[in-house]
Amino acid sequence: MRKGYFGEFGGQFVPELLMPPLKELEDAYRTIARSKPFLTEFGQILAEYVGRSTPLYRCPNLSAELGFNLYLKREDLAHTGAHKINNTIGQALLTRHMGKRVLLAETGAGQHGVASATAAAMLGLSCIVYMGATDVVRQAHNVQRMRLLGAEVRPVESGTKTLKDAINAALRHWIAEQADTHYCIGSVVGPAPFPELVRDFQSVIGHECRQQCVERFGTLPDLVVACVGGGSNAMGIFHPFVEDREVRLVGVEAAGTGQPGCYHSASVTQGTPGVLHGTRTRLLQTADGQILPSHSVAPGLDYPGVGPEHSWLDASGRAEYVTVNDTQALAAFQVLCRREGIIPALESSHALAYVLENRDAIEPGSNVVVNLSGRGDKDLGIVAEVLGV
Amino acid sequence: MPSKLTQRIREAQAAGRKALIPYLPAGFPGLDQFWDAVADLDRAGADIIEIGVPFSDPVADGPTVEQAALECLERGVTLKWILQELEKRAGQFQAGIVLMGYLNPFLQYGLDAFARDAARAGVSGVIIPDVPHEESADIRAALTAHGLDLIPLVGLNTSPARLALYAKDATGFAYFVSVLGVTGERAALPGAIRDKLAEAKRTFSVPLALGFGLKTPDQLAALGEGPDAVVFGSALITHLRAGGTPAQFLAAWR
Repeated sequence: MRKGYFGEFGGQFVPELLMPPLKELEDAYRTIARSKPFLTEFGQILAEYVGRSTPLYRCPNLSAELGFNLYLKREDLAHTGAHKINNTIGQALLTRHMGKRVLLAETGAGQHGVASATAAAMLGLSCIVYMGATDVVRQAHNVQRMRLLGAEVRPVESGTKTLKDAINAALRHWIAEQADTHYCIGSVVGPAPFPELVRDFQSVIGHECRQQCVERFGTLPDLVVACVGGGSNAMGIFHPFVEDREVRLVGVEAAGTGQPGCYHSASVTQGTPGVLHGTRTRLLQTADGQILPSHSVAPGLDYPGVGPEHSWLDASGRAEYVTVNDTQALAAFQVLCRREGIIPALESSHALAYVLENRDAIEPGSNVVVNLSGRGDKDLGIVAEVLGV
Repeated sequence: MPSKLTQRIREAQAAGRKALIPYLPAGFPGLDQFWDAVADLDRAGADIIEIGVPFSDPVADGPTVEQAALECLERGVTLKWILQELEKRAGQFQAGIVLMGYLNPFLQYGLDAFARDAARAGVSGVIIPDVPHEESADIRAALTAHGLDLIPLVGLNTSPARLALYAKDATGFAYFVSVLGVTGERAALPGAIRDKLAEAKRTFSVPLALGFGLKTPDQLAALGEGPDAVVFGSALITHLRAGGTPAQFLAAWR
């Protein structure tokens, strides 16, 4: 496969001025990030600071009810409450090894911003986070967390004032400040080598999960399900299983409200190939190639593109991609709260909803793993408003 | 035969001046006014006119161009409309016509269909900021088949090896980005530009245009022998928003 590509997807569609820092990152990724000392240090921070490994938890009540074993990979129990921390620790560590001192990030829901601010504080870097002005208002709590952690949050007033505009702003900032700044991209999106780099840092989830499955039930899982916005938690858990054809991989996209006029966020299932934010992938776009705004009740899934490797896993048939709407996700959210005492992120609730909605099609006795990518504390405002609790 | 774009710049040089390349997003300040502005720029002596193809996510542009482009999108501007309107006016402009836009709208139009229709509409070249050399093979092949130039962008951080890479394939002219940053007027240009510009001039056989950040003609004094052509977008947009005419704007730079 062509370097930086997954089939026909991927690449480096950026202004020439960004090619030198991308080449520098590519070199650092191939040498530093794969070196034994780096991996040792990374593993140590993950264990002692992030709290890995995270448990693989069998839901006793739901498993009894469903007739198959429902396991949750508990990324919600990682430090800062989501899988995002794995990637930001990796990239912040790489930033330090590259001799740069500023960690630049963008965020939609705020989780990646919080994880970036955390990693920067812990590793002695300064941190600048771009965030759409609309998201700054919607996710005020996370803005406060970032500021407490010492990050500078810069609201973005252009375009749709959401994640895609925050990415545009971060890319512009990086063009100007590339000498001492690393752009810590928040998902398996963007120009090469980001999709691979972020996947590698996140695949700690899948490696742990694989080993835990073998230890717990003596074989690989039958089905692995994860939500897909940009797709980093899904790539993280899928990647170590890609060669195991007997493991079904399902990525769950957000279908929004499903109402007329409501944009969804399902770029693999509803999108078409195009180029955005430095990569060729499936996008929500008009016939003229303008990027459409997206919507999901889960702020972290609200992105009109997807990581290029997901587009390829879909095209090659190795993973299946499906959609779940806001209502189904909210129902699954409540089920997990009430039945298992776990408040999941609305993003992860999409993955769980797929399993609940398709319970009849899943073989009794099989082993199903849902990647619980984050905890739902951050979504209490949204949930309270929608459910009236 | 040398490209029309190369010819226009060399003609200006022969007349003892730098070629002038104004940029406007298609549909700014209004759908009809835009074509009046293009005709006005042409009459006032623009050597090449850069027509911006509006895109929803213009990562290389600053706030002035982005805002203008988003207004154009709201007016319903599409690449198809631009090419149809240009075709109606094919042969009417003395200036060379260049389209500048991000890759995705060209991709959705279809690269071969785009190159064919653009050539028919009198377009001589294309600038695509999010296509570095590594990703340029397909679009270059499509454009070359219809006699169009793919104008490369280089800048202060482009290594000698990469300058040579771009120089090998460049036709029309090369675009030197004056700042490490996005489009938009700046009071001063970086000091390092003089030497890098000289290096780029030695490397390219096609003429060199300088753009991004230009605000006033006196900025050029510090550039020594400097560029063969100058590009201005944000300053022109600001000038038009303030009620000025394209001809007045160009007069200051001539």
